[in-house]
Amino acid sequence: MTDDIDTLAVEVWRGDARGGGYVAYAVPRRESQTVLDVVTWIQHNAEPALAYRFACRVGMCGSCAMTVNGAPRWTCRTHVRRVAKAGRLRIAPLRNLLVIRDLAADMAPFFDKWTEAGGTFAPTATRDEPAAEIPPETPERAAADAGIECINCAVCYAACDTVAMAPDYLGPAALNRAWTLLNDARDGGQAGRLKAVSGDNGCANCHSHQSCADLCPNGLNPTAAIAGLKRRAGRAWLRGGA
Amino acid sequence: MTDIRLYMLQRISAMILAPLIVGHIVTMIVAVQDGLSAAEILGRTQGSLWWGLFYGLFVAAVSVHAAIGLRTVAFEWLKLKGRALDMLGWIVFAGLLALGGRAVAAVVL
Repeated sequence: MTDDIDTLAVEVWRGDARGGGYVAYAVPRRESQTVLDVVTWIQHNAEPALAYRFACRVGMCGSCAMTVNGAPRWTCRTHVRRVAKAGRLRIAPLRNLLVIRDLAADMAPFFDKWTEAGGTFAPTATRDEPAAEIPPETPERAAADAGIECINCAVCYAACDTVAMAPDYLGPAALNRAWTLLNDARDGGQAGRLKAVSGDNGCANCHSHQSCADLCPNGLNPTAAIAGLKRRAGRAWLRGGA
Repeated sequence: MTDIRLYMLQRISAMILAPLIVGHIVTMIVAVQDGLSAAEILGRTQGSLWWGLFYGLFVAAVSVHAAIGLRTVAFEWLKLKGRALDMLGWIVFAGLLALGGRAVAAVVL
């Protein structure tokens, strides 16, 4: 429904890494309208030079995340009805990342941290060997399953207050990835991965605010994954390793 | 920033502190029942190996716990880094250990 409002008062952040500010647009209210629909309407009808990212429009690709009325969200799966307050929307690029232009943030540091956290699978078998049998009911597989549906949208990373205060911190997404691999019986890179997540920028920096778990559009809980890493890394430290 | 070693040292010191804080609070409540005087406190603590160990351990655990915590606060809010950050941690640790150790020595010895 259209909430009896026929026009939305939308403020969109425009600028680049050197700075910028909010620009106001009046956007027609439509039924079943998403925030991505609003941004697209502005680009098509009011501001052709507006830069933003999207691809799939159905919550699968993870490229359209922006800050909507103060919180990071997938704009394609966020209905205006759910977030607009009195017909007002304020849309900005994701927090904790540098801006390239307008609503497009530079994702490079976010993905670099996945690599830094040991997020690359290290195979222990070749394609010529039989596929590993992983019983779904083992605790390790259950722990990996709980975090494996991440689509790298960086909503958790933008939500994280620890990243905001400590910019080198690896952050919830990269650590969640490390935790899923740490529970993968087929992976051969566990020693290096445990060392990576135990270091200065690793899991010990998490204050368990749980904004990542609160805002993850896929309902994942990176805080729980990081707690798992703390337990695993802590035990290794007590045994004199990592 | 915080590596797993500092994280574990802060958790272990917290585990040591939890029962000691309960013991400290109970002692305070029990001790004031008959009025509190310097003579009464010193009569209980002077020459006592038990109270020396109790508060000695308390001071050591506080020094570790608070130094790591304040180091994190200094990193996140004051943006201290590297050697300056580590120095601050060691100064807080040594300062609390010296002040607390002096206080324990004063009532036990």
